[in-house]
Amino acid sequence: MISTTPAYQPPPSVPKLSLTNVHKAFGQKVVLDGVSIDIRPGESVVVIGGSGTGKSVLLKSILGLITPDSGSILIDGQETVGLRGRKRDTVLRKFGMLFQGAALFDSLPVWENVAFGLIQGEGMARGPARDKAVEKLAQVGLGPEVADLFPSELSGGMQKRVGLARAIADEPEIIFFDEPTTGLDPIMADVINDLIVKCVKELGATALSITHDMASARKIADRIAMLHKGRLIWTGPASQVFDSGNPYVDQFVHGRASGPITMAVRA
Amino acid sequence: MNSTNPVTAFLDFLALVGRVLLAFFNRVGRLSTFTAMAVFHCLTPPFYPRTLLRQMVEIGYYSLPVVGLTTLFSGMVLALQSHTGFARFAAEGAVATVVVISMTRELGPVLAGLMVAGRVGASMAAEIGTMRVTEQIDALSTLSTNPFKYLIAPRLLAGALMLPLLVLVGDIIGVFGGYLIGTYKLGFNPGNYIQRTWEFLETMDVVSGLVKASTFGFIIALMGCYNGYTSRGGAQGVGQATRNAVVSASILILVFNYLITELFFAR
Ligand SMILES: Nc1ncnc2c1ncn2[C@@H]1O[C@H](COP(=O)(O)OP(=O)(O)OP(=O)(O)O)[C@@H](O)[C@H]1O
Ligand SMILES: [Mg+2]
Repeated sequence: MISTTPAYQPPPSVPKLSLTNVHKAFGQKVVLDGVSIDIRPGESVVVIGGSGTGKSVLLKSILGLITPDSGSILIDGQETVGLRGRKRDTVLRKFGMLFQGAALFDSLPVWENVAFGLIQGEGMARGPARDKAVEKLAQVGLGPEVADLFPSELSGGMQKRVGLARAIADEPEIIFFDEPTTGLDPIMADVINDLIVKCVKELGATALSITHDMASARKIADRIAMLHKGRLIWTGPASQVFDSGNPYVDQFVHGRASGPITMAVRA
Repeated sequence: MNSTNPVTAFLDFLALVGRVLLAFFNRVGRLSTFTAMAVFHCLTPPFYPRTLLRQMVEIGYYSLPVVGLTTLFSGMVLALQSHTGFARFAAEGAVATVVVISMTRELGPVLAGLMVAGRVGASMAAEIGTMRVTEQIDALSTLSTNPFKYLIAPRLLAGALMLPLLVLVGDIIGVFGGYLIGTYKLGFNPGNYIQRTWEFLETMDVVSGLVKASTFGFIIALMGCYNGYTSRGGAQGVGQATRNAVVSASILILVFNYLITELFFAR
């Protein structure tokens, strides 16, 4: 795209991502019930919360894959709720996303998955895109021999890492990681944590991650927020998460079955 | 049951009719919007020649055996049937003409359309449906690729372009089937049969068949894509989408077959 005016640069005080009172219900089931949070450029925020509390829905709402019922989502100060067509494409160009289920294109070999954004989005030629893909695969601990396999030929953890390589391949400004270390062995999980930290620190990307893995959360997060019953009930620096003074957070991070959060199971 | 009051019973009935009608118009509306969007994206860049080519091979080349076999046997049976039928009023000489006109106007496009609906429409719905439920379509949008342009437009174009070619080949094979039976079994003179085939054939017979074919190709791809794209809920949803794609495409093919015939030949 050719434009004569320089790209809009927001002043540094504007949050990269600003959510105000976001609501989303599926039929009767209220999932997001007024979520508000501001994320500064270059900040890494981790959202924790029980299974099924709507963490993935939150990420998808920001991406516009799910339309929120109400509330406002600003990206670089620009309202994105209700954006359509080409304007939405421009906004989405800033994002990279690792899906919880990896969501690899199973009709394409691994390297084309990783290079997809480079080839289709940025119009890079296939040769150089392949080299770049192999380089990104190496960063997530996968050798060049994986490049020509198809996603169905990979283990779950390998698929996850390919998804991660795809999310960071075109060096997006904002990266969402939905459970990046789930299904990985502890050593590889730590490699991935380092990689996420590196993306944020070196590329200056803004990161919003979801994880159940508290070690990972402490390592990658500047700030941690807890989602419970559709709201962010606690937000604070990562260092404070183990002595937050909030009974919900305490129960969650220490993994206790008894406490204010009750699970709907029959004993 | 205490709804014996005829007024409430009548109102219940009206409500039921209303609900059914609303659901129907809701569906028609959705399909129309989908079609309009799809056509719009067929005509505006970026285009994806690679995917288009792949779909053209998939629809055109790989459907040849099934279309060839169907039309071959239809041409053969047509010659046999019309011979025995026409013998009743001593018009056996018309066999060659009947075979070629029925093949080009009707049997070629309809049989090829129905066979391809089962083969290609089903696989499109299954593939796109699987992409939907495994979040691959969401992943496309986060990689700055419009799913309509990347997935749907190439399939619609390939359907509308390749079916006429398939039908042309099918017409020839069908006429050849009639020729085989005519000369080897019914004792026609080969030169005579071929001359009879050409004698009364008009350009419009072939052209109308090809217009039908193109329309059917579009319908097949549209139904496959629409049902796949809107599928919900795992393997069962994908199965349902596949079935709906084949059934709705087959019915629409028969309806449009009538409409186009009316358009071309009704005086
Ligand atoms: N497309 C949808 N239609 C209907 N309900 C949905 C849809 N997507 C999510 N939900 C519901 O929203 C709730 C939150 O789902 P979500 O996937 O965000 O959970 P989560 O917090 O990511 O959980 P987990 O940690 O297990 O991944 C769930 O109860 C789910 O049933
Ligand atoms: Mg989730």
